[in-house]
Amino acid sequence: MALKPAEFKTDVHNDWCPGCGDFGIVNALQMALADMGLQRDKTAIFSGIGCSGKTSHYINTYGVHTLHGRVLTFAQGAKIANPEMTVVAVGGDGDGLGIGAGHFVAAGRRNVNMTYLIFDNGVYGLTKGQASPTLKLGEKTKSLPSPNTNSNVNPIGLAIASGFTFVARGYSYDIKHLKALIIQAVKHPGLSFLDVLQPCPTYNDLNTRDWYAGSDLMDEAQKRHSRIYKLEDTGYEPTVHYDSEVETNEKLSQALIKSLEWGNKIPTGVFYKNENTTPYTVRLQDKIPNYLENPPAKQNISNNGFSNTDISKILDSLEV
Amino acid sequence: MSSVDFTWLIGGPQGSGVESGANIFSRVCAEMGYQVFGKREFYSNIKGEHSYFTVRIADKKIHSNVNDVNLMASFDAETIFRHYEEIIPGGGIIYDSDLSKMATDAIHTLDAPFKERLHKELESKNKPFTIAGVLEILKEKGVLLFPVSFKSILHTLSEETENPRLKGLIRMFNVIAVSLSLGLVKMPPDSLQKAIDGIFSKKPEVAKINQQTATYSYNYATAKFENFVYSLPGVQKEPGTLLVQGFQGTALGKMASGCRFQPYYPITPASDESVYLESNEILDIIGDRPGSTAVIQTEDEISAMGMTIGGALTGTRSATCTSGPGFALMTEMLGWAGINEVPIVITAYQRSGPSTGLPTRHGQDDLLFSVHAGHGDFPKIVYASGEIEESFYDTGNCFNYADTFQVPVIHMMDKFHASSVITCKRFDTEKISIDRGKLLEKVEDGYRRFEFTDDGISPRSRLGIDNGIFWDTGDESDETGHITEDPILRVKMMDKRMSRLDLILERIPKEQQAVSFGVEDFTIISWGSTIGPVLDAVDMLKKEGISIGLVQMKLMHPFPGEYVASLLQNAKTIIDVEANQSGQLGKLFKQNVNRDVDYFILKYTGRAMTSTEVYDSLKKIVQNKADKREVLMHGA
Repeated sequence: MALKPAEFKTDVHNDWCPGCGDFGIVNALQMALADMGLQRDKTAIFSGIGCSGKTSHYINTYGVHTLHGRVLTFAQGAKIANPEMTVVAVGGDGDGLGIGAGHFVAAGRRNVNMTYLIFDNGVYGLTKGQASPTLKLGEKTKSLPSPNTNSNVNPIGLAIASGFTFVARGYSYDIKHLKALIIQAVKHPGLSFLDVLQPCPTYNDLNTRDWYAGSDLMDEAQKRHSRIYKLEDTGYEPTVHYDSEVETNEKLSQALIKSLEWGNKIPTGVFYKNENTTPYTVRLQDKIPNYLENPPAKQNISNNGFSNTDISKILDSLEV
Repeated sequence: MSSVDFTWLIGGPQGSGVESGANIFSRVCAEMGYQVFGKREFYSNIKGEHSYFTVRIADKKIHSNVNDVNLMASFDAETIFRHYEEIIPGGGIIYDSDLSKMATDAIHTLDAPFKERLHKELESKNKPFTIAGVLEILKEKGVLLFPVSFKSILHTLSEETENPRLKGLIRMFNVIAVSLSLGLVKMPPDSLQKAIDGIFSKKPEVAKINQQTATYSYNYATAKFENFVYSLPGVQKEPGTLLVQGFQGTALGKMASGCRFQPYYPITPASDESVYLESNEILDIIGDRPGSTAVIQTEDEISAMGMTIGGALTGTRSATCTSGPGFALMTEMLGWAGINEVPIVITAYQRSGPSTGLPTRHGQDDLLFSVHAGHGDFPKIVYASGEIEESFYDTGNCFNYADTFQVPVIHMMDKFHASSVITCKRFDTEKISIDRGKLLEKVEDGYRRFEFTDDGISPRSRLGIDNGIFWDTGDESDETGHITEDPILRVKMMDKRMSRLDLILERIPKEQQAVSFGVEDFTIISWGSTIGPVLDAVDMLKKEGISIGLVQMKLMHPFPGEYVASLLQNAKTIIDVEANQSGQLGKLFKQNVNRDVDYFILKYTGRAMTSTEVYDSLKKIVQNKADKREVLMHGA
């Protein structure tokens, strides 16, 4: 049953800058959680460090504000120990693709059933606007002393190469679309990734709301053309339908090519989706048959304050 | 009744079966009722470098190795060059007679500094730089030589069993060496057969070849060699004796204590514990369906620590296992666990640092690092196990400390523990109590995770229980877990968390904090695996009428300064014994007890102490002939 987004709001004062793209993301997230009717105490938001890291405090579910770059590690640990939880991890692009890039790649290989959402704005906001991993080579946002000397990472491409089984991009000022993407991502049986383009009004004076809206791209009739477009409007089909290598590779290649599109046309929507890859829970079940029914967090470990684990067979084998 | 105290050494290139040879030997001795203390030494290498195993056996409880070797079983030349000096007069050496002409220069794994020392020694004795030269020295010293052509043994055996494959099966050299050894000491042969069957139970074909080789070699030794004075006919076996490897103590302790989640990243000497946990991941639970430990190999130690914390937030008893370099990576998260009051256990199998240091060698290098690990002030517990048997029960205590005080616990172990094979009493699971502290099963409305309480410990919710919603953050927080930068609240929160340190000292039973084995004029302070050699050394001196006291430190942080001061009130001379360069326990002691250490006995060669060398240094101290820093050097 759908709930009201208000139920997922805390009364914590939100201290993001006025006009920040983050507001759209947290609103979309609260709306999505409410729409899905998720039980608040069966849901956990994990966040990294930076402006986006505060997200967990604004949402009225279990909230774990972790460390810079490490959000996926905490989130996966919790989800593996208690697979009943709905887990959404959020963080900035510097957090997830700079300091946390190793965890990003490793998480893709694991395919734990949860969602990772990146607030992608091209800058390190909370430390006053340094270049983040998604800022392009040679670009100079306003607080950089000189143009960026690093090339950018391609978040969608990296997610696909790492093995994420649901890869999508949203835009923080299209809340309705973003909400729908979040719902799909959370419902996806595996690790889902959402790259959310999020203008930073304070430090990124290049990729602004106006820039995304294409205010610099007027046609002869003085009509604006938004840079953002939706893949689903173009007939793009992201889903792998059959567990076939040929189809999977086709869909992966197509998503990779799409991920390179940037400039005057920026695709949003679902790039890739594959439900055939076994989620980590299933891989664990292959080893531990009753893992889902009796996961680590549910196991009773004591009998009146004493150990109830019977290790006598192992001890027998060690006895001389 | 003459007492048995016998040391056997087997060596060979890594990958040649030194370890399995030692396992067979240890198992046979344990089966025959002897107490066993074995230790493996190896290079950071997969194949080819020199590795060796020293197995000491006795008819009474022993806690360490000694310097003297009574019988050396070698099947390569390097072992002879590296260890010949350890064999005592009257002892023996089994060696491959085909190697006599082998010169030091022909062995590319003999490193330059060692070769230089060896050449000097051989030169001073006017011997050639060959095995023959070394054998002459041994002979002059009164060591018995037992030459055996390993190849001709295989040859004969291959003909007798009509198995041509055996002829070139140099993999069998280890079994030959072990069986010759057991024949020499007249160990009843059926125990050897039983041990081989046990070890190769899943491979009957392999077991058969090994049996044939073992029987032949055993008989060969008994028929050919007569004059060896040592005989080990076996003694009454103590019922309920285990033969365990060091890492099994904490692994079995984790299973029994209800640890159900262990993420880890491979590192020597810690990963054996995790691999063993995963090999036994499905657990029998009394009166319930099977339980399990989810053991997750992560992408790095940071991830291992993050996952461990994530698991602990769900109420699962969670742990990781690592060594110094890995623990170094985990320390940012340690502070996170500290500020969020998350109970986790980090089992830290130390090795020689700094940096990669001696990756496969021993050292108690990380005591001060562990005590100070993490930035900022936060409560944690650093707890050290002495002997392997202890580590089983200590693991249970560590989880209880973590849960009741809601702090991270660093359980200090080391490489000496990890690669020792010992006999001990069967672990008693009934002694493992489970105390989850203020962990909640049900939560009422208005819950606040970091609520101020009388004892400074808040009731703990877990992810996923009704009404139990909480927030965690690495920032300073209010009682609900939301960020605060309020100066007054900050002080209250800091004081609340740090008050845990006094509570720990107050509530952990004194006998779990430090163990006194008696206090004398001369009293030792020591910790961790070093306790083993110290106990044996103290015992050796006692037999000579010299009484030396010993206080074993277990709770390293918070350090029970007052209690230790009171224990040591009547000690006039304090001797700190530990395996690191700077005397780290001595520093903690000085800081917390406000008393100087009079003597240090330190070892940082990367090899564990033997009781012999501790004994020698203690004796020098008692006789007032010692340096303030006694640095021990024994061992190849």
